[in-house]
This record gives sequence, structure tokens and C-alpha cells, in this order.
Amino acid sequence: MERFAALLDALVLTPSRNAKLALLAEYLRETPDPDRGWALAALTDGLDFPAVKASLIRSLMAERIDPVLWTLSRDYVGDTAECASLLWPEPLGDRLPAPSVAEVVETLHATTRTTAPRILTDLLDRLDVNGRYALLKLATGAMRIGISARLAKVAFAQAFDVSVEDVEEYWHGQAAPYLTLFDWAANGAAPPRTDLLPLFRPFMLAHPLESESLDLSEFAAEWKWDGIRVQIVHVAGETRVYSRSGDDISATFPEIAAALTVPCVLDGELLVRGAHQGGETGGAASFNALQQRLGRKTVSKAMLAESPAFVRLYDLLIEDGEDLREWAWEQRRARLEDLVPRLDQARFDISQVIAAKTFDDLAEIRSRARDEAIEGVMLKRRDSPYVAGRRTGLWYKWKRDPLLIDCVLMYAQRGSGKRSSFYSDYTFGCWNGDPDQGAELLPVGKAYFGFTDEELKWLDRYVRQHTVGKFGPVRETDKSLVFEVAFDSVHASKRHKSGVAMRFPRISRIRADKPAHEADRLETLRSLIAD
Amino acid sequence: MAPPFSWLRPEPHGLYIVPADAWIDPARPVDLALVTHGHADHARGGHGTTVATPETIAIMGLRYGVVEAGARAVGYGDTIALRGNVKATWVPAGHVLGSAQILLEHAGERVVVTGDYKRRADPTCPPFEVTPCDVFVTEATFGLPVFRHPPIADEMAKLLKARENEQGRCVLVGAYALGKAQRVIAELREAGFTETIWLHGAMERMCRLYEDHGVDLGDLKAVAGVPKAALANSIVICPPSALNDRWSRRLPDPVTAMASGWMRVRQRARQRNVELPLIISDHADWDELTTTIRQVNPAETWVTHGREEALIRWCELNQRKARALALVGYEDEDD
Repeated sequence: MERFAALLDALVLTPSRNAKLALLAEYLRETPDPDRGWALAALTDGLDFPAVKASLIRSLMAERIDPVLWTLSRDYVGDTAECASLLWPEPLGDRLPAPSVAEVVETLHATTRTTAPRILTDLLDRLDVNGRYALLKLATGAMRIGISARLAKVAFAQAFDVSVEDVEEYWHGQAAPYLTLFDWAANGAAPPRTDLLPLFRPFMLAHPLESESLDLSEFAAEWKWDGIRVQIVHVAGETRVYSRSGDDISATFPEIAAALTVPCVLDGELLVRGAHQGGETGGAASFNALQQRLGRKTVSKAMLAESPAFVRLYDLLIEDGEDLREWAWEQRRARLEDLVPRLDQARFDISQVIAAKTFDDLAEIRSRARDEAIEGVMLKRRDSPYVAGRRTGLWYKWKRDPLLIDCVLMYAQRGSGKRSSFYSDYTFGCWNGDPDQGAELLPVGKAYFGFTDEELKWLDRYVRQHTVGKFGPVRETDKSLVFEVAFDSVHASKRHKSGVAMRFPRISRIRADKPAHEADRLETLRSLIAD
Repeated sequence: MAPPFSWLRPEPHGLYIVPADAWIDPARPVDLALVTHGHADHARGGHGTTVATPETIAIMGLRYGVVEAGARAVGYGDTIALRGNVKATWVPAGHVLGSAQILLEHAGERVVVTGDYKRRADPTCPPFEVTPCDVFVTEATFGLPVFRHPPIADEMAKLLKARENEQGRCVLVGAYALGKAQRVIAELREAGFTETIWLHGAMERMCRLYEDHGVDLGDLKAVAGVPKAALANSIVICPPSALNDRWSRRLPDPVTAMASGWMRVRQRARQRNVELPLIISDHADWDELTTTIRQVNPAETWVTHGREEALIRWCELNQRKARALALVGYEDEDD
């Protein structure tokens, strides 16, 4: 438990992703089974002990400290588990040896509501302050230390020098403490079997198109839809919908999960129906409409009726237990075209291949695409297998050109980690009228990338020299610098004073040459609203 | 007859000794100030006469440029007579170089004003002395039971291990320029670290002052003008405000450490972007505060500043008379 506690502390205090990965990888490599597997589950919220809740911690503390002192302490520390770990009385005699992570997990699993107070007390008595913190966090399942499932998988891959795609694939369907998974990665044993479970297969991803042109006899073009990339898996009577990160979102889109009854693994774009978009019958609404349904654990009937989801299919990975991922894209596409008529037509259609003979034709078609549900064009090598991740030369995304607007820098905030001494997060605004007639700037967005390290140094100096006010970590500038801001789309928003919210804004250019009063007005931004 | 202790009056900006027309650690200029120690929130410039230990007067001279003409030095254990039959004695407080408690005697009553203090050993100043009294006026900076400072040797081991593990980087320790910085350096020397310790410019003169008063700090050098590569695997000390400032960009990928009692709470470390929290404080922790009250065993305890609510609650639970003075201007956010 000491090593796990030290890991937890280091992860909490390490801002950089790479350093977090290194810490986690080292722990996984050097900790024996089954401790490392349980630790991994604890870090990725995979453990649940119904008998141990925050209320149990409070009642244990109530027996040990005056309630007023507890409340004052708890309010100061801000976290019940941490406060209890600090206040827990040290044993008078020698401490019993600290339990291992596995012992803690097994003990807590066997705990009932009746035995929980005594068992937790015994465990707390055997640990030092950091150990107690780790125990209470693990037991109540509230780590919140910024370790995503993805980060854990990347660390796992790094620890044992295996590919993260394999880890993604084998991970699903394995239960903590992941002995088979560790046996495969650390000892070279056979990987876990995956074909009979509704598992996630890592997505094939695309590089941004950088070359001037591609030969369309080698590459096929299709639309890139602006929804969320999903994988739908049906095997042995079970269906799962997975997001790009491999999260199971079946419950958020029950109509999709219920609609697939053919054993297969499909790759496509999840969209919601939007009558007012796209012109085509049953077209797709903009991303903003889809956003209403994301992040919901349960869906109301009204929601299902109002914004029904469907999937526009890109690819077929597995059909009837037959793995097609080694096949050429053209062959998979033919299988997909054969399959689609057998699927629920209300929930599944196929993403059309764009009929363009030459690259110039394609460029022309792309530039005319006004459908808000289209994000750009995908180019796929006709002979490409379906490989996990981003392999060079196979798939390219050619996004629609971003929208651009000139904004004025209003506020700057210090970054975090390596950027903590730099003012690197910028809030910028547009004029709410004619600046020469007394119009004001209203903030329209915030961006913290799009510039080089050299530009960051310049911007940091600029902010410091043009500060007119300070509010904690934020500086207000004299509103003299113009940014050309690039963004993907803009939407009406009630939550912002300006009434607009930009999607994916980034600094495109620093326009030190442009006077602030020549920056764009809010009405220009409003005219670009998509929905 | 006047009620007991009415000759000592807590005012918002300091403790006023009525018959002597004198103040203890006043927050604004007065004619006669008795000063416990050199930290800026206790020792301010501009008084008519300042009475303090010679070390504190030297520190104030360094801080405010000139020593006021009216500065008067009193050694530990020395008693001076003030107007109105008040006697004042300076007693070691163990907080920083020159820090003292002030014992006041008047009309058969004894009051001890601690200023700031700690009970742990500190190689840079003499230890706190328990002085029996009727009224004990104590600080409560770390007056919550969550604050228990670990042994300093553990924290030094953490610091030296980080330096060892992070090859090519340096460890940058944020520490109060007066007291904390010199204690960390002295403790590093006690832990056997003999290499050069590098200083932010704001630290240099105070370290020299400590050395002039007989505190050996070993080889110290200023960071200014030294190439990045020369600072790899070194330990650098700076004021907390410089930790995330532009100044730190001249250092080789520093591991950000901070020596402070607040580092006991993770969120406080995170807020300051601290990677290596070192729980080192020059104030009494909860156990030291409560133990000291028990040992001094006063008829009344007055709490000047900090988290006084919890300490007063503890006094109530232990059937001790206590009150909060709510003095303004004392805060040790960075300690």
C-alpha cells in the first residue's frame, strides 16, 4: 500500500502528462501481481465497495474528534478523505505491518455494512498518513486525479513495450486484477481471447492531408461527417456502442444499441436527424444538436423522439465472426454495401463515396459543400487494411477550411505545468458596434494554442508590458493586440454575454500590424452562426 | 480596582500596554514599539523607539535600510523597565534568528506574548522557553488539528532524494527569505549536504546576516549570471513568489519544491503548482500549540492570529479560559 500511496501522491502533484505516464509505467512494471492490477482498477474508477461510503468515514471520525474541530478541519482541507487521513490518531505502540493493495481490496470486498466500521478502522491503524489517504480514496472510489482510462492504457503499453492498440483491444472484457493481461504483456503469454465478447476494437484514424494532391485511382473519397465517431458491436446477442475513446455509450444511445441484431462490428459516425439541415431527406443536424444528447446517462422519451440518433457507416471490421481488418478497404466496402440493406434503415445508412474523377473535381465538390453536418473530406487508400491508430499513408482527413475572424486580446491567464510562468491562455473579444462610436469589446472565446514557443515568449512579454489590471492569475490588457482566430463553427449560446460560443478556437496569426479598432464586430461572428 | 489584565488592551493593529504607552508588534507607526521578531508583519519601520533583540534590530536595519535612531537592543533574559511600573523581558521563541516572546509584568500580573514560535529544534536560533504566566498570548497560524509537522529530517531526505532522482534538473525550493531559507540550508548541512547551495538574489543579504550572527550556512552562491548547465543537479533556494515567475526560466527544468507548513494539505500544494511539497514550518503545529498551553498552564489564553476558532474550541473542551483577539495584519500565507 505504501508504493500505491506514493504513486497517488506523485500523480496528484505532477502536472505533465509524460511524467504521469512515466510514474504509472514504472509502478506497473515494478509492482507484483495482483497489486498492480488492483491499483490500475482503482485509478481508473474500476472498483466499487458498496459497504464503504463517505458517511462511514464521517461516523468513524465522529467517535474520535470533537464535531466542531472536525467541521473546522474538513472545511479547511476541503476533502473528507484527506481530512480524515490527517486527523486519524496515530497508534500509541508500534504499527502493524501495512497491508498490500490486494489485501485491502479483498478485505473490503468481503465487508458488509455491519463489519465495515471495524474493518476500516483496522486498516487505517496499519497505515501512515499518506497510506490512509490512499486507502480512503480507494475505498470510496473517488480518485479524481486526472488519470483517464486512455492514459492508463498508454502507460500500460509503455511499461511493457507493447502496442497501445493491442492493450486497448485486450483490455476490454478483462476484469481486475487483469492477471491475463499482465501475463501477456509482461511475460509474453498468449493474449486474452476476445472474439466471443462485445469488445471495443481500436479505431483506425487519419492524418491531416498535407500534400497538394492525391491520385484518386489509389484513394477513394468520402464525406467526413461532423458527429461522433462510434463503433457498434453485436456478438452473442449483446450490443455495445463505443465512443472513440472506447467508452461504452450504449445507455446514451439506446435506440442504436437496440437496432443492431446482425453479428458484426461497424465503424461509423453517430448523428441526429435534422430536418432543417443538409437538404437531403432525413439529413443530419449540426453537431450542436447532437451535443444535447451527449453526456446523458439516461435518455427521456421526448429526447428520443425529438433528436433521434442514427449511424452513417464508414467501415465493417468483423462480420459473422470473420475478421475483415486485414482486407483491403475496397473489399470491406463491398461487404459493407452488401450488409447495409439488411440493417434497420431508420438507424443505419452508408456514407456515400464521393464521385470525383480527379483531385481538382474533388476540391471543387469540397469547396461547394455547405451542409453543416459535413466537416470535410476523408481520403482512404483503396488497398488499406483496417489498422489501429494513425498509420502514415493510408487515410487522410481534409477538413473544410476553418472560419477566421479578427479579435482583440482582452485578458491573459497563466498556464499550468511548464507554462506556469507564461501568460498563455488568452481571452479575446469582438466589438459590439462601431469602436469609433464608443462600442465595447465583448469576450467571444478563449484559446491557448496555435502559436509557436517563440510566439509564446513574445506574447508573454507583450501581456506583461500592456497590463492594465490584475485579478489573481489573470491580467487585463490594454486591448491593443489583434489575433486572427481560426475556429470550426460558431453557435448561439445563452451562457455567454456575447451570445455566441465558438467551437475549437485557436490562434491562427498574431496581427501586431492591425489596429484594434479594425478588428471584427460581433455581428460578423453572429452571421456565421450555423444553427 | 481595575479588572485583571485591563492594563493590556488588544487593539485592531496591535497589543497596547496602557500604563507604559507602548505597543507590541504594532501594524502602524507608534512612539514606542516592543518587537518580537523581524518578519514584516510584526516588525514595521517608522516607530519612534523600537525595542527588540540585537538580531531583530539588525534584521530590521537590513529590511528598512536604516536602523531608527531610537532602536534599543535587549538580549535574551534581559529585563527593561517601562513607564507606569511595567517590566518587559525578552525570552527565546524558537521561531527565527532573534525571535522572542515578551514577558510583561505589572501589578503582580504576568503576561507572555509569544509573537510567532515553534517547539522543534532549529540550528539557527535558541529554543522556545516555557515561561509560567497568568495570561498567555499565543499565535495560532497552524491552529487546526490537521496540522502536524513531520520530523524535518524526513523532509530533508525527500529533498535530497528528489535531487538524486532527477538527473540533469535542479530542485528549486521556495522558502521565506527570513528564517525558513536559512533553516532549510542549515538542516541540509546537518544532513551532510556539503555542495554549493544556490540563492535567489533576494536571499543573499539575509543569509550573510545570519552568518554574521554565527550561523554557519556553508558554501552559498548567487544564481545570477550562472549558465543553466552549471546548475544541473543542484539545490536552489528562492522566495515563494519567484517559484513560478519568469526568474525561474533561467534554471534547468526545476523540480518545484516549497518549504511550508501549508504543504500538509494537498490542495494547497496543487494550487501553487508545487511538485515536491516539503512540510517545514517555523510555527508551532497543533500538538505544539496545545502542549505549550498545557505546560505554561496560564489562567487565561488569548489567541492573536491564525485559525484561532479551533484553538479556542480546544481550550473550552479542556476547561481553559480563552479568547480571540482578532488582531489584523498578521498572516503567514507562505510559511
